[in-house]
Amino acid sequence: MKKTWFKRALAALCALTCVVSLAGCGADEGSDKIRIGIKFDQPGLGFKKSGTYVGFDVDVAKYIAKKLGYTEDEIVWKEAPSKQREAMLQNGDVDFIIATYSITDERKKVVDFAGPYFVAGQDLLVRKGESSVKGPEDLNGKRLCSVTGSTSAVTVKEKFANEVQLMEQPGYAECATALFSGIVDAVTTDDIILAGLASASRGRLQVVGKPFTQEYYGVGIKKGRDDLKKKINAAIVSMEKDGSWKRALEDNTKGTNYKPNPKYNPPVPNGKGNK
Amino acid sequence: MAANNNESAVLFDQPGPKGRKMISIANWIAGIIFAIVVVLILMRLHNPPDGENQLSWELWKPALDAEAWTDFYLPGLWATIRASALAVVGAVAFGLLFGIGRLMPNPLIRVVSGAIVEFARAVPVLLLMIFFWRWFASVGVPSPAYWSVVLALVIYNGSVVAELVRSGVGNLPDGQREASLALGLTETQSLMQIEVPQAIVAMLPAAVTQLVVVLKDTALGSIIMYTDLLQQSRRLGSMYFNILQTLVVAGVVYFFVCWLLSRLAESLPARLQQHTAAPTEPEPVAPIAAGDPSNVNQIAVAKEVEELPLGGTDRQYHVHHRGTNASIHQWRQTKYVQGYDVTHPESQEEAEKDKLFKLHHKKENHSEEE
Amino acid sequence: MQDLTLLFTEYNVPGAFLVNIELTLWSALFSMILGVILVMMRISPVASLRTVAGAYVELFKNLPLTIIMVFMVLGAYAQLKLTFSDTFTTNFFWLAVTGLSLYTAAFVCESLRSGINTVPIGQAEAARALGLSFTQSAFQIILPQTFRGSVAPLGNTFIALLKNSTVAAAASVATETSSMMSEMIEYHADLIVLIFLIFAFGYVILIIPIGLLTTYLSNKLAVRR
Repeated sequence: MKKTWFKRALAALCALTCVVSLAGCGADEGSDKIRIGIKFDQPGLGFKKSGTYVGFDVDVAKYIAKKLGYTEDEIVWKEAPSKQREAMLQNGDVDFIIATYSITDERKKVVDFAGPYFVAGQDLLVRKGESSVKGPEDLNGKRLCSVTGSTSAVTVKEKFANEVQLMEQPGYAECATALFSGIVDAVTTDDIILAGLASASRGRLQVVGKPFTQEYYGVGIKKGRDDLKKKINAAIVSMEKDGSWKRALEDNTKGTNYKPNPKYNPPVPNGKGNK
Repeated sequence: MAANNNESAVLFDQPGPKGRKMISIANWIAGIIFAIVVVLILMRLHNPPDGENQLSWELWKPALDAEAWTDFYLPGLWATIRASALAVVGAVAFGLLFGIGRLMPNPLIRVVSGAIVEFARAVPVLLLMIFFWRWFASVGVPSPAYWSVVLALVIYNGSVVAELVRSGVGNLPDGQREASLALGLTETQSLMQIEVPQAIVAMLPAAVTQLVVVLKDTALGSIIMYTDLLQQSRRLGSMYFNILQTLVVAGVVYFFVCWLLSRLAESLPARLQQHTAAPTEPEPVAPIAAGDPSNVNQIAVAKEVEELPLGGTDRQYHVHHRGTNASIHQWRQTKYVQGYDVTHPESQEEAEKDKLFKLHHKKENHSEEE
Repeated sequence: MQDLTLLFTEYNVPGAFLVNIELTLWSALFSMILGVILVMMRISPVASLRTVAGAYVELFKNLPLTIIMVFMVLGAYAQLKLTFSDTFTTNFFWLAVTGLSLYTAAFVCESLRSGINTVPIGQAEAARALGLSFTQSAFQIILPQTFRGSVAPLGNTFIALLKNSTVAAAASVATETSSMMSEMIEYHADLIVLIFLIFAFGYVILIIPIGLLTTYLSNKLAVRR
């Protein structure tokens, strides 16, 4: 009696392991699909909503996929959190990544970049009607929020305002909530991300609009896939030419009066920032 | 519940008419004070010094509508449950392996298992998660966040289960072991075939309580970007800037699930008792501090057991094997029962009915064995 | 060895542990006070006090600590304006202490409740026979014995508290161990295993003495009847 119980318990454990580990993996997709890594949690850029994906990065990705010969149904969207992007490309989990992925020399050692398709710049998000913060220099004695592990707040503190107080939060939504309730005076990161937040805030937040750095957003691909790089660059060029680039940008920053830095945008793929 | 019944409270005299009146007045005053505190907090939320009305339907609707559930909370809850279930299974496997290892006659296996368990118990789960996450991501394991959450929880909770296995075996009546030795089984055979199987049945309720701990700890995964319930509710909140509201909903869901699991853990012991000679009452005191074999399991400590006359909970674990690094052999010599007055059993018998009475017998049996 | 000295010169690892220890000590103090109040409420003759204390314990026992910490910042601080200091780091430190104390108090209350029961009824009866009031008998007779009986569960609660203090990262405390470990891994990804082992053994070294002390105390203080 006791033995059977023991065995039964073991069997149940095994069965549960199998079920759960299967569930953990998920089905593999066929080769006639294209796998694209995006952010799922960045309103305005890449956001998962009602089972669909919206945002500027998503629109760029869809356009590129179309040019590569895939319909929208053939796209498999994968989440590409910041810290996992290089590994995902190296392992071949995704074909390319469009996820606010700045082109840096450090990253170029391990992955290749097509693009840039957009030049963002670090900027500040403030409450609507806030007049005392016009640029990063005004932040002395004020409170600034950024996400944990990002260097943007440190840049502000070191280069512009020594006496700024920093608050770290796990996500930008928390920062924006803190901004709403008045415990911080500004949020800093790339302007396009801030524009996405401002757009979702029902007109209560605004981007200052004086970017003070340049971030070249590229399309991350596995090292050595030059043919893919060429095709993606061609797609970006045609997207900028036929007006879909501008339209995508406007759609995703609706209601914020956000204008990308005109000095750098739209960028030339394989040009400045990705030579 | 004994404590809710003034008749059996012994800390104070039977209140007379005046006393009862005083108590009822205090009751009302306290109730009103708490109500006022709640109202003040709500008013503050309704009309904060800066920012917007946190109670407005405009903010609550997107946190509660069908889309929020189908797109965010339910997938998040599924991710939480998936990670917890696998972690519990893994933790039981880990715990069995090293828990039995610590009971083995071979001193080398005992020491190695002991070191692993003590290490696993001392390292904060969050540190384990961060380490595995970054490591998996750099090595290129698919879905590193998921596996790091699972593995970190397996390691910590596995060490808790290992201690449960050990104390489960320790709580078996000595007769079990003596009988199997008398039948000619070796020590290892007796352990594997007689003692451990019974200990496993006995520890199942505690394992279910441990599930609550695991479920709560998966929320740490949101710090490493695992898309669990907490992370999903943050995401939803970043859409409409109602993160406070979505967190409240997530909190309610967590509370409800944990509460259900705790109730399940409480109903299990009675059903399992027939399958083992060890007490299946989950031990409120499982893995204690590192180095001590008599173990406290966090949640189990907090378990609501039936209340006794003093309003406290009955201490239902068996303080057999206290003493640092007591080996299995030493446990059996260091048995004693705490909290029970052997010389005056009558006073306790009067106070409680069957429940306590049963417990007496259990405890008496143990003290007789000494 | 060279790597080790590099890491220790570049980062103030003992300082990070000190933050966790401070968090733990303050939270231990406040959760102990709150826990004693809660347990007194739970055994008091006033029904509304019992209900509130019971609801409190049930609530905090079944909520993840992470969510409580997030609430301390986004709810208690951002909305209710619970402010301890104008300096952010100090403010977040005390918010984290508040969150940890609220959470741990529920467990302290339960540990004490299990300790109360190690006190034989005769003690309370004798106290009453001597004419002591509820508060007198509770504070002079029952609670002192309760503490002796609940050393083991309390010790565990505080060990868990020390480990839980890493969750202060969720309340924007950026100087404690888990945040520092993330930062170190960020800049020295090749030393990840070493970095982890430094912090892991730091906790082992901190926790094992507490464990041994708890065991020693619970044996020494146990009232053998």
